[in-house]
Amino acid sequence: MAHERDALITGIGIVSCLGSGADAHWAALNAFTPVLDTDSFPPFAVHPLAPLELDKQIPKRGDQRQMEAWQRIGVFAAGQALDSAGVKGNTDLLSRMGMIVAAGGGERDYAVDAAILSGYPKAANPGAYLNEHLLGDLRPTLFLAQLSNLLAGNISIVHGVIGSSRTFMGEEASGADAVRIVCARIAAGQGDIMLVGGSYNAQRPDVLLHYEMGGLQLRSPFGPVWARQAAGGGLLLGSVGCFLVIESRTHAAARGASAYAHIAAIRSDRCLRQPGQATANAKAQFEAMAAHYDPAGAAVISGASGAAAATREESAFLAGLGLPVRASATAVGHSLEPSFPASLAFAAMAVRHGVLFPPLEAAEQAMTAPLTQALVTSWGHWRGESLALVTTA
Amino acid sequence: MTKDTDHLGRPIVVVTGMGVLTSLGQGQADNWAALTSGVSGIRRISRFPIDGLRTTIAGTVDFVPVPEPSAPALSQRLAELVIEEAVGEAGIGRVGDFPGPLFLALPPVEMEWGQRFALAAASGANDAVTYDDLLRVAGNGSFEPYYRRFLFSSVGENLAERFGTKGSPVATSTACASGGTAIQLGVEAIRRGETDAALVVGTDASVNPESLIRFSLLSALSTRNDPPSSASRPFSKDREGFVMAEGAGALVLESLAGARARGAVVLAVVEGCGEVADGFHRTRSSPDGKPIIACMREALADAGLEPDAIGYINAHGTGTPENDKMEWVGVSAVFGERAGSIPMSSNKSMIGHSLTAAGAVEAIFSVLTIRNGLLPPTINYDVPDPALPVDCVPNVARAVRVRHAISNSFGFGGQNVCLVLGTV
Repeated sequence: MAHERDALITGIGIVSCLGSGADAHWAALNAFTPVLDTDSFPPFAVHPLAPLELDKQIPKRGDQRQMEAWQRIGVFAAGQALDSAGVKGNTDLLSRMGMIVAAGGGERDYAVDAAILSGYPKAANPGAYLNEHLLGDLRPTLFLAQLSNLLAGNISIVHGVIGSSRTFMGEEASGADAVRIVCARIAAGQGDIMLVGGSYNAQRPDVLLHYEMGGLQLRSPFGPVWARQAAGGGLLLGSVGCFLVIESRTHAAARGASAYAHIAAIRSDRCLRQPGQATANAKAQFEAMAAHYDPAGAAVISGASGAAAATREESAFLAGLGLPVRASATAVGHSLEPSFPASLAFAAMAVRHGVLFPPLEAAEQAMTAPLTQALVTSWGHWRGESLALVTTA
Repeated sequence: MTKDTDHLGRPIVVVTGMGVLTSLGQGQADNWAALTSGVSGIRRISRFPIDGLRTTIAGTVDFVPVPEPSAPALSQRLAELVIEEAVGEAGIGRVGDFPGPLFLALPPVEMEWGQRFALAAASGANDAVTYDDLLRVAGNGSFEPYYRRFLFSSVGENLAERFGTKGSPVATSTACASGGTAIQLGVEAIRRGETDAALVVGTDASVNPESLIRFSLLSALSTRNDPPSSASRPFSKDREGFVMAEGAGALVLESLAGARARGAVVLAVVEGCGEVADGFHRTRSSPDGKPIIACMREALADAGLEPDAIGYINAHGTGTPENDKMEWVGVSAVFGERAGSIPMSSNKSMIGHSLTAAGAVEAIFSVLTIRNGLLPPTINYDVPDPALPVDCVPNVARAVRVRHAISNSFGFGGQNVCLVLGTV
């Protein structure tokens, strides 16, 4: 039943290897061909960001120069979301619009790092050598391109979203918690319209290094999420920026905005990932949203990362639901912080079109019945389990 | 206080437990004694070589040992210590079973030079070491602890597990306003009725060569290295930058109704929160001070108070020329003719700028200020700045009864958070 404080998705901004914008993504999901870069970081692969016309969303070159790629990706997607919601440039509205950004950190200067790593062991005074080269070689403004909260800061500067600005950190869970708290604030009247999302640049040696240290990087063959499990699974990262405009039903109606979908329920929790614990969390989350759930027109957009243990357990949980499933990481790669917002965007597009896009791999079943709702999962590759239910607006 | 709801009909949010740790020491008692005696915690850096550095001082916490030191490791340990104190004081839940969510203000997490050097050494590369060399050895299994330590979620996950907080832990970073943001997140959750209690923590232990140098390259740090205690000089005409510092603060927040029901001692009320972002510049405030002014006004409106009700301002007061000037612009606009006569002191003159933790640490000191009727001074106030006619409680603590205080936090990226704290 419609309620005035329902949280509606009224704007989607998304960029990935599949292109730029919701329409481009919908088209690509319906004619899916994997987009992979296997050349830049052998033996690893990444889903590379499609070329962006940055000027469209970040008109000042000075602003573009002040950001590293992860920030440009996010600021671009945020602007697209504001455009999609029809609020871009609406200074009055943007000045009271709240924002929660899920962010990691930014790029390093790889040349400076390499030079220091090379010279340090041979230096007569290694400590002094490190100090001298950091002081002399780091670009002063690089710090601001690295700081987690400066994606939000740049969105405030470039797009004028200044009602509130919060940045959450913590891989997949941060994206889900950002959306969860935005929805809770809207439901409670602690805000009427908010911007939420994040960005991830996977085309960086330091992030590949991080997941390689964890023994999580997939090596060839670079198969889709479910198929790769037979060979032990792994992460195939993707560059993604995704922002959503979420607003109350009343607020959307008052300004004549049309909605993609309604976030009817969203929950998140954590556990130590002993066998069965994540499933228990997911079951509890699912049961808590039973009142909104209608299996007749439902499907699942899964945020499964590909990491073996979590993906295996999630796969078994989803099999129990008996719904058609699509793994968004097969389409755009796994993107940590924005992975949940991106899955939510795919769910919202599908619900708005009333149809699920075709299977992305053989393990996924086709769906011919009309789609009226989608469950969206996000089990972090290490920790954190989240579930949302997206329904027709 | 007879009602459990505030002027807008929302649950009143109170503080029932606090824990604090700074360069001045561990615990409320030691910190308060030092803070009100005008003691500085700023010292020469001994953690790493200072050769060639322009700034060689910081408010480091050197008395808390951690195995495998790193910023997230020490940040986590400081958080554990302050949470133990806060939860102990509140007497809430059971050990390892806190009845509410965790909101954590945490510095951004990144692998550090020690780990990079270890990877480079393991790679066996001799002349030109690149990331390709690091990647070649990274997956050999021995670096898995680095992966886990430098996940952004690791500190929050470990704290949630240890203290048994409920739900998904939220780690937030809004630069130097992070502690205030974490408190605001907790207040909002209680006001929504989602929970009766929330555990809020701000922690920061980021004094390492690269972090210090990054701030130094932005010309943000004081270079007045001798003596270290003189470096942090908020509101003084000869102020020249802030002093990096470490620390942590934890607060147990509860609904007043919940605190009453379990017979808890109420330490203070979080009366209002204000938050306004600034889209002017990445490191500078709008020259007109509008966002800072709006933020303080929003906090007052949220508290249902007029400016006249405020008896003390716990300043952001970093001691950078820009911050202190803009904070005065904001305070003088909001408080008008009273601005120069409301006491407004900076804890950072003694503890330095604990960055991510500052908002939480200084909210705790604001509560202690109200409870003790004693205003901590701004030390090193030797040369008044005629452009900033503040009553900064110069150099010596002052006994004053305060019913309502405002605590300001302003950060890079246009982050502004103001909290109004009051007596029960």
